[in-house]
Amino acid sequence: MDIYAQNIMDHYKNPRNWGRLKGALTKHSESNRSCGDILYIDVEIQDDAVKNFTFTGEGCSISLAAASILGEYVIGKKTDDILKMNFKEVQKILGIEISQRREKCAALCLLSIQNTLLKSGKKKLKDFSDIL
Amino acid sequence: MNAIRKHFPFLEEKFNNKPLIYFDNAATTQKPAEVLDTIQAYYKKMNANVHRSINPLGELATKFYEQARADVAKFINAPSEKEIIFTKNATEGLNLIAQTFGDKHLKIGDRVVLTVSEHHSNIVPWLQQKKKKGIIVEYIPLEKNSQKLDVKEAEKILRKKNVKILSVSYASNALGTIHPVKKLTALAKKKNVFVVIDAAASVAHLSTDVKKIGCDFLVFSGHKMYGPTGIGVVWGKKEILDSLPPFLGGGEMIEEVHKNSFTTNEVPHKFEAGTPNIAGAIGLSSAIQFISSIGFKNIVVYEQELTKYLFESLQSIPSLKRYGVDAGSSLPTAAFTLGSIHAHDVGEILGRSGIMIRSGNHCAQILHNDLKIASTARVSLSIYNTKKEIDVLKKSLLQTQKFFL
Repeated sequence: MDIYAQNIMDHYKNPRNWGRLKGALTKHSESNRSCGDILYIDVEIQDDAVKNFTFTGEGCSISLAAASILGEYVIGKKTDDILKMNFKEVQKILGIEISQRREKCAALCLLSIQNTLLKSGKKKLKDFSDIL
Repeated sequence: MNAIRKHFPFLEEKFNNKPLIYFDNAATTQKPAEVLDTIQAYYKKMNANVHRSINPLGELATKFYEQARADVAKFINAPSEKEIIFTKNATEGLNLIAQTFGDKHLKIGDRVVLTVSEHHSNIVPWLQQKKKKGIIVEYIPLEKNSQKLDVKEAEKILRKKNVKILSVSYASNALGTIHPVKKLTALAKKKNVFVVIDAAASVAHLSTDVKKIGCDFLVFSGHKMYGPTGIGVVWGKKEILDSLPPFLGGGEMIEEVHKNSFTTNEVPHKFEAGTPNIAGAIGLSSAIQFISSIGFKNIVVYEQELTKYLFESLQSIPSLKRYGVDAGSSLPTAAFTLGSIHAHDVGEILGRSGIMIRSGNHCAQILHNDLKIASTARVSLSIYNTKKEIDVLKKSLLQTQKFFL
């Protein structure tokens, strides 16, 4: 399906879970400097699962829509399961075909979410080559 | 200009069933048939290694390779072809200068002066010197409102202690702004500062004259001036080149090799280790002939007309913000943002209409940070582009706006 599918444009224009979480939560930002995209992710973890997720940032329609869609997806999921995800699963969830030149746009949200979780577990962070 | 378009077979290609509109000339230009034919003829009829193979074919290849060197020297008005070093591209050229000249002349506390508009290839090699030796890298800023290079500030920076090198681009690859290189060089020379000019962005658009500029080094790439990829040039004053250590080690750059030592070949061969890009050099020479057949006078007149038309067309689009200076002081390049639409999305939608542009920071992150923008869309024109193509661009930009509203 086209990368500007209705679903993608809807999440881009009306991002879900947009904003910052208050209090002592896990915060992390990840950027894709070559495009100038940046995502700020706040996560609340309870019983090894994501209880709350919010994001803000700047980016293209694909990177922001992907963060919105993936954010909805990870709420309620076990952190271990989220950390096992790779780019193929992101593509499946987004339901669009992503060309190589836009891969990083679509992968930025997964990298950001996983690194937010890794940071809270004080583990080594990933980079794009780990998920693409 | 239809006559010029006919020289470029690639411009007849279609993309998405739409005529290709190639607006990414600052990244690389398309190649005229003459250049393509020359490269093919070289491989078909005279492929041999240069300088080393003592056979008639090797001699023929050497003759053409060295003729290309002479053609380049003439093209930039260099006093001697011995001052022309072939490299892979301008990036390699700047690295060569930083690693040989920089290594010899820079020590802790010395200053290298750049502009905020430099391409990463004229920043990182100096930052590597900073890491290695503890030099200070200074950046000439842009004037806040006009976005022109701040020459007054440049004067101030050049007056500081221990300034050794001024390394600036002839024009900004991202914004298209033409820099006053002659003036900057004169200012630097008053303080005995060595001057390096990166002419990669300007070389296809403005005539390059190293004597008039008065600089010590100048670099450019062949592929941004209708030549093939993989060939670039460093020009340096002979007496400076003679005094420098070699760059890469290998065949051709040596005179004698012993178990524990070696002596170097003469300039320019000292800086050309290994089998060079012979076809590339000959292809570059063909590109020079192509440019000369049109003449920079005609190129400048036509491109100025296009630039004015482009800037006016862009200006008429609501919420479009162009960065850079007026058409009169600019290459045919426009960097802009379109409301809050990300440059990647602009590039993607234009691409669907067959319009190829570049989106991002164009290897100029420092400039984009200074302008406080994450990314821009960049349209960069060339002699084969037309006003009609600019009209299609304008229409597509208006459509892009509607799509993301």
